[in-house]
Amino acid sequence: MAAEETHHVAKTFMDHLPVLQVVIPLFAAPIIVFIGKRSLAWPIAFAASAAAFVISCILLIQVLDGGFISYHVGGWAPPLGIEYRIDAANALVLALISGIGTVVLPYAYESVKAEIPKKNHTLFYACFMLCFTGLLGMVATGDAFNVFVFLEISSLSTYVLVAQGANHNKRALTAAYDYLIMGTIGATFFIIGLAMLYMATGTLNMADLADRIADEGTNRTIRAAFAFIVVGMGLKVAIYPLHHWLPNAYTFAPSAVSVFLAATATKAAIYVLLRFMFSVFNPSFVFEEWTLYIVFIPFSLLAMFAASFVAVFQTNIKRMLAYSSIAQIGYMLLGIAMLNATGLSATLVHLVNHGVTKAALFMGVGAMMLYSGSAFFNNLNGLGRKMPLTGAAMVASGLSLIGVPGTAGFISKWVLVQAAFENGWWIIAIAIMLSSLLAVIYVWRMFEVLYLTAPDPQSTAKEAPLAMLVPMWVLAIACIWFGFDTELTLGSARVAADGLLAGSAGMAH
Amino acid sequence: MEQLIDWAFIVGHVNYWLFIVLMMTGLYVVVARGNLVKKIVGLNIFQVSVFMLYISIGKITGGTAPIFPVDLTGHIEPDPSIVYSNPLPHVLILTAIVVGIATTSLGLALIVRIREAYDTIEEEDILKIEREMTAEDNKEYGAAMGGRA
Amino acid sequence: MHHHHLILRVVTKMLVGAIMLFAFYVQFHGDFSPGGGFQAGVIMAVAFIIYGIVFGLDKAEQVFPPWLVHKLVALGVLLYAGVGVVSMLLGYNYLDYDAFSPHHPSHGQHWGILLVELGVGITVTGVMVAIYYAFAGRPPPMKDEDW
Repeated sequence: MAAEETHHVAKTFMDHLPVLQVVIPLFAAPIIVFIGKRSLAWPIAFAASAAAFVISCILLIQVLDGGFISYHVGGWAPPLGIEYRIDAANALVLALISGIGTVVLPYAYESVKAEIPKKNHTLFYACFMLCFTGLLGMVATGDAFNVFVFLEISSLSTYVLVAQGANHNKRALTAAYDYLIMGTIGATFFIIGLAMLYMATGTLNMADLADRIADEGTNRTIRAAFAFIVVGMGLKVAIYPLHHWLPNAYTFAPSAVSVFLAATATKAAIYVLLRFMFSVFNPSFVFEEWTLYIVFIPFSLLAMFAASFVAVFQTNIKRMLAYSSIAQIGYMLLGIAMLNATGLSATLVHLVNHGVTKAALFMGVGAMMLYSGSAFFNNLNGLGRKMPLTGAAMVASGLSLIGVPGTAGFISKWVLVQAAFENGWWIIAIAIMLSSLLAVIYVWRMFEVLYLTAPDPQSTAKEAPLAMLVPMWVLAIACIWFGFDTELTLGSARVAADGLLAGSAGMAH
Repeated sequence: MEQLIDWAFIVGHVNYWLFIVLMMTGLYVVVARGNLVKKIVGLNIFQVSVFMLYISIGKITGGTAPIFPVDLTGHIEPDPSIVYSNPLPHVLILTAIVVGIATTSLGLALIVRIREAYDTIEEEDILKIEREMTAEDNKEYGAAMGGRA
Repeated sequence: MHHHHLILRVVTKMLVGAIMLFAFYVQFHGDFSPGGGFQAGVIMAVAFIIYGIVFGLDKAEQVFPPWLVHKLVALGVLLYAGVGVVSMLLGYNYLDYDAFSPHHPSHGQHWGILLVELGVGITVTGVMVAIYYAFAGRPPPMKDEDW
């Protein structure tokens, strides 16, 4: 048997980074349950997510030159084995997810104490870690079926997390149920698509799929697979007509969960959509032959206007922010539909910027809910004056949501408008600005309630605890920072967009 | 003379027809039934249709279970004349079945909690209760804001 | 409860042991014949569930207390992930079973899959029993005399 001996070069810590960043939170979840101590749950979760964040930053730096890292799980080489594949596009999303996770956890410490019964704390953090693992995994993996597995890990734990809001409002239960039905239909559509891809090509590795689709050309099975995958992921992304689950889920979930979901869940799904549309199915297929933008542009415009318009009339600030999220997803889709490098980098940069902005806003609302008990505008009267630091952070991130120059939101909208001009679609460019005006209205309503109304004299509100203020301000400062220093976000988004637009060539081994 | 109905095509793709019928049945039940448990049943039928699609595409005519014969010494002797069915779709769907169980039990657990909170599992009744809750919210919070929730 | 269903109770007592034995067979013979952790875990859980159904939830919870169920759920996943971490520490890729026996990779694969499947089996047993406990432990919405 000596002949079987292989010359093995021992792997170092650095070689394992792509998988470690998924494995660490995956390991943390059962450890939290196994130890079963409430006092230890939070530290373990925080340590795991901080470690994941550090790793994703190292990975991002490694792939910024346009290269990629491939990791073979179990030592089985792709296309047979499962491959983790990090390039600029997913390293950026990984950094966003793990960064938000790390920032949300200190915030969650206080907010979970206030909103969730004590006996559920341990399991809450375990669930949070599972959700975190799932999101990181579905972004990091290069295997199409593995995406489904991680997607379901994150979705199932998300349903549980959303349902935790039931203490506060029983509608969290029906919100979680709706999300479960819709999410499962979406995920099942996704695997139907994968089955068809497998039937047509006989492989599940994304790079291999891309090669074979490029070689064989299109046929009806592949086209049907594409339709199923786009609709399935579209449900997860909450693309405009498929967004029904989102407002309730965001509104009734506990604050910390709203923050995390709004900033990461739909973003990871958008990444998967991008990866499939551009890397697996060739972009020229998707757009030049199938003219997908005819479908995408009307839906994204509808999302931008209709959802923003609905947001203007909300009386609950969390619900308003949820509708605004649907509108912002419209911008991201619009960037995809432009089908040029600028548009795609606008999508990616907006994905990060909006994640950071929305997380900061939801954090502000969550901090105010500690004292107001609800997120209705009436109960928040004048709280901006009573909680000056929280209010200021919400102003900063609110401005970023509108896209005021000097904030992160401006950068992504600016790049999006540039992309529209590159295509000569000046009507679309005007539409982007008009819909930003709607954002001005709803964000202004928020400012008005927070600062220009008289506070309730009986209100006991005081400044939010430090553990909530620090994460909030980290994100609020990030909103401003990314408005000036675009090197990190826009720079990596451009590299990522070039990689994606290269289509299957961008996936070559 | 060309045949109007291509029977070979229809019979040859029988697994796909069954898959489509089951899938549509499941999806219809999810959409059309008002009872939350029945929705989960529909979701299950929908998922099972996908399992069947995967399992049937792994079938190879004359194929047997993909296990290599091992003799008593543990030596493996693959016989090139034996055709094995493709195990990969089966393995994949094992994962999806587990996911399906998790989804079902989570869905049912949510229904138990919904029943405790709303005292009903009929969608219509729940919607009615929720509409009343929203109307109350509107009365309390909406008037001052000049709108409805 | 304790005085009727005599046949059921006797048969169950006889079956439980056999079911468990079969679970172990499916578990450890999984690398030579169809089987493995998922199937074995469910069969093992069935032994506890049938015990619970016939003798009552409280009796089943005495045998297999809920806190232990929770620990086992976590333990199985830890075993699975732990195998991967150990192979990483040995300088191989995550879940590369060759690490356990570098000179005989096929032996390493054997050990690796055995441990991983054991982890799967433990977790599946735990999860299935936990689901049963969770549903059966809810106070019944309708009392017996309401019928």
